[in-house]
Amino acid sequence: MRLMNSKPSRLMRLALNLLPFVILLIIYTLASDARLLENPSDKLLPSWSSFADAIQRMAFEPSKRTGEYLLWVDTISSLQRLLLGVGISALIGLVIGVANGMLPLFRATLSPLVTAISLIPPMAILPILFIVFGLGELSKVMLIIIGICPILIRDLQLRTQSLPVEQLLKAQTLGANTWQIMLRVVLPQVLPPLLNAVRLTLGSAWLFLIAGEAIAATEGLGYRIFLIRRYLAMDVILPYVLWIAVLAFLMDTILRLISKRAFPWYHGKRGEE
Amino acid sequence: MNDSSVKKTSQPIIEIKQVWKEYGDHIVLEKLNLSVQPGEFVSIVGASGCGKTTFLDMLLGTESPSRGTILLDGQPMPAEPNETRGIVFQKYSAFPHLNALENVMLGGEFSASPLLGKVFGKQRESLREKALDMLTAVGLADAAMRYPNELSGGMQQRLAIAQALIKEPRILLLDEPFGALDPGIRKDMHKLISELWKKRGLTVFMITHDLSEGFSLGSRILVLDKPRIDPHQPERFGAQIVYDIALNSEHVIPTSIQSLIDKQATAKDAVQENTHE
Repeated sequence: MRLMNSKPSRLMRLALNLLPFVILLIIYTLASDARLLENPSDKLLPSWSSFADAIQRMAFEPSKRTGEYLLWVDTISSLQRLLLGVGISALIGLVIGVANGMLPLFRATLSPLVTAISLIPPMAILPILFIVFGLGELSKVMLIIIGICPILIRDLQLRTQSLPVEQLLKAQTLGANTWQIMLRVVLPQVLPPLLNAVRLTLGSAWLFLIAGEAIAATEGLGYRIFLIRRYLAMDVILPYVLWIAVLAFLMDTILRLISKRAFPWYHGKRGEE
Repeated sequence: MNDSSVKKTSQPIIEIKQVWKEYGDHIVLEKLNLSVQPGEFVSIVGASGCGKTTFLDMLLGTESPSRGTILLDGQPMPAEPNETRGIVFQKYSAFPHLNALENVMLGGEFSASPLLGKVFGKQRESLREKALDMLTAVGLADAAMRYPNELSGGMQQRLAIAQALIKEPRILLLDEPFGALDPGIRKDMHKLISELWKKRGLTVFMITHDLSEGFSLGSRILVLDKPRIDPHQPERFGAQIVYDIALNSEHVIPTSIQSLIDKQATAKDAVQENTHE
């Protein structure tokens, strides 16, 4: 049989899914053992037991200096910034995106501005944000908003414009005014794409969050990683990175499930997304 | 032009007077004159690209005539679509995020609630009942709770018709409504639309590229074509109404059209034999 036609069975697929992870773990363990054998105080590839110690120390013991459970404090403040930034961006993206997509007068006014802003690399204006909004929470949330909002606006605008014109005409023959069409015809139909767009921009949102925290913060996952980098504390950095990945995965999964639950008509049409 | 076929008994519902439609130098339609009485079923046929759709767009209100006037009930046609004209497109007429019942209720909700476009409680109950009656009338009572993507092509068109009829529009526009359907389903739809037309006294304009469909459904048929063609400048002359035939009168169908119908009918029979029964 041709390679392109051979499909794995369920069990086989699961095994294949896991295979790369297992290989990576084995390589890591071998490399770590080899280095530690040569120099027991090597910091680059810590052993599994020092990971366990570090996790225990960060997550389940109060910090000696502040008495806080650092991992959870970091997680809460990072998530707060991220959700605030992404939430506000989604809201702005929805409102401006739909208005841009539906109203030619609006589009003519705002579309070039949005395009222009989206061309500015957000990291380049990070110093401006710190100068304008100070070193507090606001500047970090603003960085996320400035980073992902233009993408969301443009995506939502495209989604709105790609609704079949027949639907909008039909709604008009049913006696609807612009506002009613926006509310009952357009809005419900761009919510699932909005969730998808948010899922896709979550990666960038994390990037901007960690960048912002690395430069000015007093707690947060990105702050912690950059702080302990000074001590080459790989035993803490790697679990933190994994934890961030887990959080990102969970958020993605939750958004996907919400979309499937709330918009069955959308997923029925496109199958699994 | 064959105006004698029109019975001038009451005020015409649609009156088209010396209408031209051009885009820059490109003349699409020219010298359109037409008067349609309430209750007529007007089929509009013609080669593709001859301006059938532009004609319908002008009736719908998305295009306005370059010259001349279109009157609806003696009043100038509003320049944008509204409740006076219902439409059924070939597809995408139903809203995918609403089930069949909600799709039909939507029209009533728009007029009852300007701010939210959604009604609740008793008002909703009465709209629901009305919508269910309408769904029953088009044969969709069992599918009321299903989303459009769960309906077959024919059922989606039934839904689109129900959606339009619930607003009781003055005229119903059909834009190749059955073009995407299988021949067998199409026959059922012909029966349905004929029935609805007779029972409810609708005034219908239907575009079709299927001549025999136009002839069997319509009470009057308009043939659009370009009588003059400049080979060097094809957009110099627009299409006109070259035939306007009342189908329930004694008028003789011109042989040129008759032969076209026969040709189409045999072609269609051949297709049907291949695909059905």
